[in-house]
Amino acid sequence: MTFINYASREINCKIVYYGPGLGGKTTNLQYIYDTTAPQAKGKLISLATETDRTLFFDFLPLELGTVRGFKTRFHLYTVPGQVFYDASRKLILKGVDGVVFVADSQTERMDANIESLWNLENNLKAQGYDLMKIPYVLQLNKRDLPNIISMDELKRELMRKGEPVFEAVAYKGVGVFDTLKAVAKQVLVELKKGSG
Amino acid sequence: MSNSVVMYEAEYQQIKTVIAKLCDDANAKMVFLVDKNGQQIASHGEIGNIDTTSLASLTAGNVAATDGLARLIGEKEFPVLSHEGEKDNIHISIVAQRVILVVIFDERSSLGLVRLRVKRASNELTDVFESIVRKVEQHKEQGVELDSPFAEITDEDIDNLFRE
Ligand SMILES: Nc1nc2c(ncn2[C@@H]2O[C@H](COP(=O)(O)OP(=O)(O)OP(=O)(O)O)[C@@H](O)[C@H]2O)c(=O)[nH]1
Ligand SMILES: [Mg+2]
Repeated sequence: MTFINYASREINCKIVYYGPGLGGKTTNLQYIYDTTAPQAKGKLISLATETDRTLFFDFLPLELGTVRGFKTRFHLYTVPGQVFYDASRKLILKGVDGVVFVADSQTERMDANIESLWNLENNLKAQGYDLMKIPYVLQLNKRDLPNIISMDELKRELMRKGEPVFEAVAYKGVGVFDTLKAVAKQVLVELKKGSG
Repeated sequence: MSNSVVMYEAEYQQIKTVIAKLCDDANAKMVFLVDKNGQQIASHGEIGNIDTTSLASLTAGNVAATDGLARLIGEKEFPVLSHEGEKDNIHISIVAQRVILVVIFDERSSLGLVRLRVKRASNELTDVFESIVRKVEQHKEQGVELDSPFAEITDEDIDNLFRE
C-alpha cells in the first residue's frame, strides 16, 4: 500500500522478501544495510530468535532519492520462513507493493522452495492480491554452494510469470542490489500506471 | 495500484493541530500517528533521538499481532493496548479503523487522563480521515486525476534513483 504524502512530499513503498527458512532473506537486508550510506538508511530492526532465525520480521527503511520532488522511501521487510510462522507471514504481507522470492538453490531445499512459493501465492490471495499482477522478482540464492540445482531447472520449477530472475550469493552481496532494483523499478512503474 | 493512501496538505495541518493539542492536554511526552502498515504519518513532542521510523514499524507489527490474537479467540479487535514501564508508558489505540495513535507519557500524566484525551482526539482525527476519503472519492467521480508525481515519471528518473 503505497503511501503518498503530498504534505511532506514523500512516497513510501513496502517490499517483502519471502521464501523458505534459511534461504537468505535476512542476509539480503543485512547486506543492503551494511553497504548503504548512513544518510540513506534507517535502523535495521530484526525480531529474531536466539538462534538468529526471523521470529516476526526484519525491517529496513531505505531512502533512494527524489523523483519529481518527492522523497522516495522503500520499506524492506522479511518474513519468517519457517513453516509454523504462517500467521506472522500473513500479517507482514498486508499492504505490500512488491515481493522478492528468495529461493535456496540447494538440491535438498527444492521442496521447501515449492512449498513456500505456494504459501506465498495463497497468502497473497487471502489479502486480495494476485501474484500474477503484483511487482515480483525471483532470486536464486546460494549459488556458491556445491550441491545446487542448475539455473535452468530452478527457473522451470519456480518461475511463475516471466518475472526477472537473479542468481545470488547473498552474504557476499552478489545479486542483492540487482534484485532490489528490479523490484523497486516494477513498483514505481506500477505507480505510474496507477496514476496514468 | 489504486489502493494508495494519500495525505493532503490541509488535512496534514489539521492532524498536526489535533495531536499537538492532545500532547498538551494529556501532559504527554510524545504523540505519534502511524498508518496500520507501519508508515509514520505525523508526530509531536519531545522526540529527541527516538528513531520514529522504527517506532512506526514496530507499533504496526504490535497492533497486527494483537489483531491476529483477537481474531484467534473470537474478538473483533483489542481497540486499546497499553504498556507500563518503570518511567515511561505507552498507550496505543486505533482511529477510524486504519490509523494507530500512540501516546507516550510518564509520571506527569496518568492512564486515566490519557484515555480521556485520546477519546476526544480520536473523534477529531476520524473526521479528518473521513474528509480525506471523501476528497479521494470526489476526485475519482469527477475524473480528476490525482496529481501524482509519478504520472510523468520516465525510465530515466527511475534509473537515476539507483545511481550511486
Ligand atoms: N553459502 C551461502 N550461505 C548463505 C547465502 N546467503 C545466506 N547464507 C547463510 O544462510 C543462513 C541463513 O540465512 P538467513 O538470511 O538468516 O535466512 P532467512 O531466509 O532469513 O531464514 P529465516 O529467518 O528462518 O526465514 C545464514 O547462515 C547465512 O549466512 C549464500 O548465498 N551462500
Ligand atoms: Mg530471516
